[in-house]
Amino acid sequence: MRYLILCLALLLTGPSWAVQPDEVLSDPALEARAREISKILRCPVCQGETIDESNAPISRDLRLYLRERLVAGDSDSEAVKSVTDRFGEYVLFEPPARGINWLLYLAGPVMALLALLIGWRFIRSRNDPESDATTLTPEEKTRLERLMRD
Amino acid sequence: MNAEIGHFALILAFAVAVFQMIVPMIGAAKGWTGWIESARPAAVAQMGLIAISFAALTMAFVTSDFSVKLVFENSHTAKPLIYKISGVWGNHEGSMLLWVLILALFGAAAAVFDANLPPSLRARVLSVQGAIGVAFLAFILFTSNPFLRMESAPFNGRDLNPLLQDPGLAFHPPFLYLGYVGLSMAFSFAVAALIEGRVDAAWARWVRPWTLAAWVFLTIGIALGSWWAYYELGWGGFWFWDPVENASFMPWLLAGALLHSAIVVEKREVLKSWTILLAIMAFGFSLIGTFIVRSGVITSVHSFANDPERGVFILAILAVFVGGALTLYSARATSMQAKGAFAPVSREGALVLNNILLAVSAFVVFIGTIWPLLAEMLWDRKLSVGPPFFEKAFTPFMIALAIVLPLGAIIPWKRGKLDRVFAPLRSALVFAVAVMLLVYAVSTGHSALAVIGAGLGAWLIGGSVVDLWLRTGNSGWSRLFRLPRADWGKAISHGGLGVTFIGVSLLMAWQVEDIRVAQVGETFTVAGYNITLENVEELPGPNYDSTVATMSVAKDGRQVALLHPEKRVYPVQAMPTTEAAIQNRLFRDLYLVIGDPQQGGGWAVRSYIKPFASWIWLGSALMALGGLISLSDRRYRVAAGAVRTANAIRPAE
Repeated sequence: MRYLILCLALLLTGPSWAVQPDEVLSDPALEARAREISKILRCPVCQGETIDESNAPISRDLRLYLRERLVAGDSDSEAVKSVTDRFGEYVLFEPPARGINWLLYLAGPVMALLALLIGWRFIRSRNDPESDATTLTPEEKTRLERLMRD
Repeated sequence: MNAEIGHFALILAFAVAVFQMIVPMIGAAKGWTGWIESARPAAVAQMGLIAISFAALTMAFVTSDFSVKLVFENSHTAKPLIYKISGVWGNHEGSMLLWVLILALFGAAAAVFDANLPPSLRARVLSVQGAIGVAFLAFILFTSNPFLRMESAPFNGRDLNPLLQDPGLAFHPPFLYLGYVGLSMAFSFAVAALIEGRVDAAWARWVRPWTLAAWVFLTIGIALGSWWAYYELGWGGFWFWDPVENASFMPWLLAGALLHSAIVVEKREVLKSWTILLAIMAFGFSLIGTFIVRSGVITSVHSFANDPERGVFILAILAVFVGGALTLYSARATSMQAKGAFAPVSREGALVLNNILLAVSAFVVFIGTIWPLLAEMLWDRKLSVGPPFFEKAFTPFMIALAIVLPLGAIIPWKRGKLDRVFAPLRSALVFAVAVMLLVYAVSTGHSALAVIGAGLGAWLIGGSVVDLWLRTGNSGWSRLFRLPRADWGKAISHGGLGVTFIGVSLLMAWQVEDIRVAQVGETFTVAGYNITLENVEELPGPNYDSTVATMSVAKDGRQVALLHPEKRVYPVQAMPTTEAAIQNRLFRDLYLVIGDPQQGGGWAVRSYIKPFASWIWLGSALMALGGLISLSDRRYRVAAGAVRTANAIRPAE
């Protein structure tokens, strides 16, 4: 939440607040695509900001470059690729589901299945009236009753 | 002199904490009453000493004593008083001091107010609490001493980061710490119970209020931070899946799971060992959060100090406490016998599902947060995991949670029938479907996000109303206001979650943005609003220079708002901040930002229409309020009071 001290510092080298009016493309459809893409690209010098939000000069350059590519007729994925070719996968906020990254994408669902399985086995094991045995000592019982009263 | 008193009090507090860690634990093991009882004065003394130390530091900030290095680095004479005070915790050393102060406060509260606790359990709880105090006091004294002096005192300080000079952020850290540290109580109770070798309904009842309080504080802290981001960053983002936000979000999810599983332990004496494990993990994630913020291993704007030495220290604390607790857990967990039996379709079953969903979603946040670290360490790949991933991976769990929550909230204990549970919820379902149709009809582009989010939110709110209604039984309205407060708290919190669901989804689906160059006097139209840039002027502030615009907003020929967005420059730190002008209304926010002057004349202006934005924080406030109402339930107070009266009478017999 406390945002981008670094980028704000960089801002002093030249004023540029996130997307500037002069960057906006005249074609609304193209501009909308550019905005969507710039929301998944990370500002390479900031700490965890997209180039869409970032105030760093390099983010402005990237936003302009991205729009140039789109105007030149690149598809979304081609435009993204032309940026990642230069800066590496680090600038992608959504890591590509390739190679080891599959682990990242599968970790949640696999954990959920595992948890559901364990949870279900536990629930089944409790579905047995025999196990509803009370093993409190009388002294504990009175104490518990006093606590639970009300 | 003040700073030395503070430093000295902190060293004394460390000594007291060492005593509190060792003596009551031995006393409890041997059954020596005096040693057992020594935990209480020790906890109070530790709190008093740290309070003196904290007061000394606050004094240094308030009086602008620049001979103290920390004050010089983070304060300035021209700063308003409130930010001189909040500056105490607006830096690494001071925030750690606040951390241990709150830790000691919780310990002292347990010593003074939990009169009902069996003495040996209390001694062990306070001893574990003392051990955490020892670790963090050592951390402060050896790596982050806030009382270091300068050789010669400068005339003025470097000022606090201007982004932190804001009322929302002034109180964001204390609330978060109250939450993080509140979870230390659940942890201490869990470890004490493992040492004692028993977990029962009474134990769960003692743990619940602490967990609930921690969860309420975390809710407030997270909501304040997100609200601050919304109005301060200049474009109205409210959640960024930043590592440090995640660090506070994971304990929140786990605390939510914990306070539900503790209910099962209390009512039915099952899920005991799971609850213990959750208590350990919830605090463990608080420590991980602290580690992430302090160590700089994961780059984030929040990181105060990218200091490896401090990071290693906190990692060691984490390893000792969580590792130790988990070892103890593995040795003792089997001794905790579950007692109650229940059918799969039952309140117990529903709460197990609740715990699975909350715990797995916390796991998803965790894996996404540390993935860049793992990828770099293990496969030498530098990559990023950001909002697109979290939105996809996390949202399904929240959808599932929202679907089953109203059913689980009213299903009977032990054994329920789905059709009978569902019957009273038909009205809630009709309400939700009606809301979905309405949203579908008015939504341009028929956004699925808006329809599903608003539908789920309506389902949650309707479900809460049904829940309350069912609690009144056949006696109707007259009974409604005599229901136990816990019932109200539960319904309000669940309803609040629904309100937040609606706010998040409608804001994300419907917000309208406009970026342009506007000349002074020019009027432009955004989503039916006619916005006029009336004028722009330069005004001086107490410790900043401000560019203030006056913008009027009209709709259908009538003026609806006159707003003054600002751009400030703080000369001491040479840093600009944006102060967006926001008109909050129940169904939409108008959000205007003034940017830089343009070369060809005119100003960069951003205008946003943000529908239902306030619902995000309204919902969070309701969740916190529900927690507070539950906390004030008679059950917690009466049980404590009853025993005290019994004790008081005994000597007279």
